[in-house]
Amino acid sequence: MSNVWTLFLESFPKILLPGLTMTIPLTAISFFNALVIAVITAMAVYARVPVLTQIIRAYIWIFRGTPLLVQLFVVFYGLPKVGVLINPFPAAVIVFSLNEGAYCSETVRAALEAVPVGQFEAGYCVGMSYLQVMRRTVLPQAMRTAFPPLSNSLISMVKDTSLAANITVTEMFMVTQRIVARTYEPLVLYIEVGLIYLIFSTALTFVQRWGEKRLSAYLKRG
Amino acid sequence: MLLEIKGLCKSFHGQQVLKNVDLSVDSGDAAVILGPSGAGKTTLLRCMNFLETADSGEITFGGVTRQLNAMTKKEIRDYRMQTAFVFQNFNLFFNRTALGNVTEGLVVARGVNKKTARQIGMEALRHVGLADHADKYPHQLSGGQQQRVAIARALAAKPKIIFFDEPTSALDPELTGEVLGVMRRLASEGMTMLIVTHEMEFARTVSNRIVFMEDGEVVEAGETRRMFTNPLKERTAAFLNTTQNVRLEEET
Ligand SMILES: Nc1ncnc2c1ncn2[C@@H]1O[C@H](COP(=O)(O)OP(=O)(O)O)[C@@H](O)[C@H]1O
Ligand SMILES: [Mg+2]
Repeated sequence: MSNVWTLFLESFPKILLPGLTMTIPLTAISFFNALVIAVITAMAVYARVPVLTQIIRAYIWIFRGTPLLVQLFVVFYGLPKVGVLINPFPAAVIVFSLNEGAYCSETVRAALEAVPVGQFEAGYCVGMSYLQVMRRTVLPQAMRTAFPPLSNSLISMVKDTSLAANITVTEMFMVTQRIVARTYEPLVLYIEVGLIYLIFSTALTFVQRWGEKRLSAYLKRG
Repeated sequence: MLLEIKGLCKSFHGQQVLKNVDLSVDSGDAAVILGPSGAGKTTLLRCMNFLETADSGEITFGGVTRQLNAMTKKEIRDYRMQTAFVFQNFNLFFNRTALGNVTEGLVVARGVNKKTARQIGMEALRHVGLADHADKYPHQLSGGQQQRVAIARALAAKPKIIFFDEPTSALDPELTGEVLGVMRRLASEGMTMLIVTHEMEFARTVSNRIVFMEDGEVVEAGETRRMFTNPLKERTAAFLNTTQNVRLEEET
């Protein structure tokens, strides 16, 4: 029993370290990109920009309709066949950004459509342009609506980054697998890495609650 | 004439909702548009502020005449800078305070600096009796207060004319008085207004002109007292009488 404890404590920093240097940066960078992709594509679809809307629909269709793992393999193992070599970490960033961007785009679009059209009309009537009303009134309201589902997406994504182990990104899960291979203690170590994922997602849940509170000032009755 | 509409036509899905509407508003007018539900009153106001594009007709504003369906974006924006619109359901910006609602157009559309906008905004809120509520969000205000904020937002732009589309129809009866009171005062101060309303008493006592519409047409228009006492068209007489009778019955 004490052996197990020692193993747990000794491996903890070894697993946590790639969590801090890989899992978190991979999640943060990819999610940031995903948000940028989501807002731009959602606004284009919302405005029904011709051609662009069809292209975006196809993009969303493909990235939501195929497994994340397959996307990772295509980019990392497949693209070199046509001369496109990408290192593991950037390859993971590209796939996670595009995959998450597709999901978040739909979230943001739905939130945009939930904003009453009267908000635009009021803006027009005080002389504002479409883009001014969008930026100052409609998008902020939509982002407030989209905040909880987007937070959920982010939390899912933290966990999904473990798939990056399959394209040789030395994130937490891969490091854990290596320690298991050396020590033959799969039960303890996989529970341990699970625990660290749990800590990460719990922390994000708290950030989500705090953010929701801050964003909802205009929704509270007083 | 400040504003003149000639031959305005508008159809939705092949159904003609406005048929050759002529209408004019002079500076200082408080003109009321009356008519049964579905007459096309809202559509007319919306066409007059380009929230809907009329199929045909022309508009003369400030001495310049344009085709209603051929205005450029810039012309529409310039026109909107000189007009204001008060909606039936207020349409306040949910994510801005009362003051923020009033200053938004000034700062964003007109480039007024924030400090000046704040002063103008507070002045407008004082005008509608809501200076104390400047920092409240729409959801923290009653319907009547929200509509008064919307009126303050309209006033802040120093418009040449304000369009009102049934400004009290979404309000509980006990809240209509405060909004009508503000409008009554604006009229006495000489603000030019074009008002769609079902408030007969308000129309009779505040407006100087009545436009009566039915089935997408202007049936009759004229000076308020004449319209109530001596309408030329039977339909006008019937409408003004029945609605007045309904009101009297409601009151007893
Ligand atoms: N966006 C629209 N699409 C289709 N029909 C409309 C639209 N807006 C109004 N209408 C129709 O136009 C007619 C006039 O409506 P409206 O202008 O709202 O009348 P009012 O304000 O006098 O009650 C109605 O028959 C209504 O159903
Ligand atoms: Mg109406």
